[in-house]
Amino acid sequence: MMRWWKQFQQRIFRSVHSIGEVAYLWFDTLRYGFKRPYEFKSLLHQMEEIGVRSLPIVLISSFFVGMVMAIQVAYSEANFAGRVMVGIGVGVAITREFGPLLTALLVGGRISAGMTSVIGSMRVTEQVDAIRLLGASPAKKLVFPRIFAALLMLPLLTAVADFVGVFGGLVVSLVDIKMTFMTYIYQVQRAVSLTDFFGGIFKAVIFGFFIALIGCYNGLKVEGGAEGVGKATTRSVVASSVCVMISDYFLTKLLIIL
Amino acid sequence: MAIFAFFDEVHKRFDGEDVLRGLTLHIRKGEALIILGGSGTGKTVILKHIVGLLSPDKGRVYVNERDITGYDENQLLTVRRKVGFLFQNSALFDSMSVFDNVAYPLREHTRLLESEIEQKVKEKLKLVGLEGTDWMMPDKLSGGMRKRVALARAIILEPEALLYDEPTTGLDPITTRWVNVLMRNLHERLHITSVVVTHNIQSAMSVADRIAFLYRGRIKFVGTPEEIKECGDHIVQEFLKS
Ligand SMILES: Nc1ncnc2c1ncn2[C@@H]1O[C@H](COP(=O)(O)OP(=O)(O)OP(=O)(O)O)[C@@H](O)[C@H]1O
Ligand SMILES: [Mg+2]
Repeated sequence: MMRWWKQFQQRIFRSVHSIGEVAYLWFDTLRYGFKRPYEFKSLLHQMEEIGVRSLPIVLISSFFVGMVMAIQVAYSEANFAGRVMVGIGVGVAITREFGPLLTALLVGGRISAGMTSVIGSMRVTEQVDAIRLLGASPAKKLVFPRIFAALLMLPLLTAVADFVGVFGGLVVSLVDIKMTFMTYIYQVQRAVSLTDFFGGIFKAVIFGFFIALIGCYNGLKVEGGAEGVGKATTRSVVASSVCVMISDYFLTKLLIIL
Repeated sequence: MAIFAFFDEVHKRFDGEDVLRGLTLHIRKGEALIILGGSGTGKTVILKHIVGLLSPDKGRVYVNERDITGYDENQLLTVRRKVGFLFQNSALFDSMSVFDNVAYPLREHTRLLESEIEQKVKEKLKLVGLEGTDWMMPDKLSGGMRKRVALARAIILEPEALLYDEPTTGLDPITTRWVNVLMRNLHERLHITSVVVTHNIQSAMSVADRIAFLYRGRIKFVGTPEEIKECGDHIVQEFLKS
């Protein structure tokens, strides 16, 4: 019993310690990131890495989720009006929730893992030490471009996911439910307000921030060679997904209050 | 004689394992000091303390008569600028060409024109025997070539001291000999302090003014190559024979 309690205490202590370190890393990133010479080139490179390369996953999965949503709404038994309400159901669910969440989970897993493995291997091959030795801060050179690229690209990808998801719903409505184009679009327009849309985009910004920060932090903390990189990468995927889920709840709450 | 660096009873532990246990060592200005020791004994850890990439848990580190133990990254800049470091893994930046790797310290630390940078980079690449490799990417280079590029990068700011972390490990005998000669030449031509960490005894004998022997987190012996041969300690002799 005592031992269990001790381990529990240690775990809590370690978690709090990591949270402190993550906050400190963010602080360093802000402190050094805006100093000359600016990291434009790596920022662009990261935006491409995150944005362009994630586009296929986002397109495919949001299209299918849109279609699935449409079918679910149309054929739900409890809702006798379901068939007529497809545009409303799909529009609201996608823009408020599934667009941002799906993007953050899929893209987030991909990019936080990528960041951890790249920065982690730089750490085990002493490149991170070399950056420090040669007079720069890893927070500025490595973390800053990644976090800001994620802050910019996640909302963009989410917007894409919203449109493609709604489009997926449209396809099902036309082909399967025999709804007219105009009806579906009219429903989406009526149901989805700009507040819904930008609420989702706002979530995406926050998700992007957490995902990149976690990915970078785990990379910089890697210890013990190639094996360590592998472990840290897995840890990043799990931590960023969990963090997205938890913060999603609080963000949703917050957006409803506002 | 002036002192370049001084370790005063330095302790360092990682994950509950003591690596340095009260290590004391003087590194004299202008000497070529070789630190000998088995693998995993903390040789890299010692070098990283000199430039503040690691800091002691207990004890003090002095560089150029200044106590750098509590320095933050900004204060460490003044030390790091004057010290070249050849990392064990070379630590070339994967995302940059050979030219950009070697030019990196100049771009970070000086406001030289691109033409001046180019001239300096070419000169240093020639010095390490790698002319014409400018636009190659590091992953296309052999281990020996990577080490030489890393060396060019380490000397580009014309440092007062050069720290080599196992410069000959993993190289063939001929390249090893060549690197030994290069280190000795650089040492004499640039009038710098050289600190070389290695477990290669031949390297040590041919390059060193003095040799320090690291054992269980302390320096067990320091002296000239002649002195170490005659030293009575059986652990030192065992290591020399192997
Ligand atoms: N940053 C670090 N974090 C955790 N442990 C470390 C760190 N740096 C070194 N160690 C540990 O300290 C010990 C000594 O490491 P060091 O790299 O200095 O050995 P070395 O003498 O250079 O060995 P090698 O010949 O393998 O290069 C090792 O057990 C290593 O695992
Ligand atoms: Mg080493």
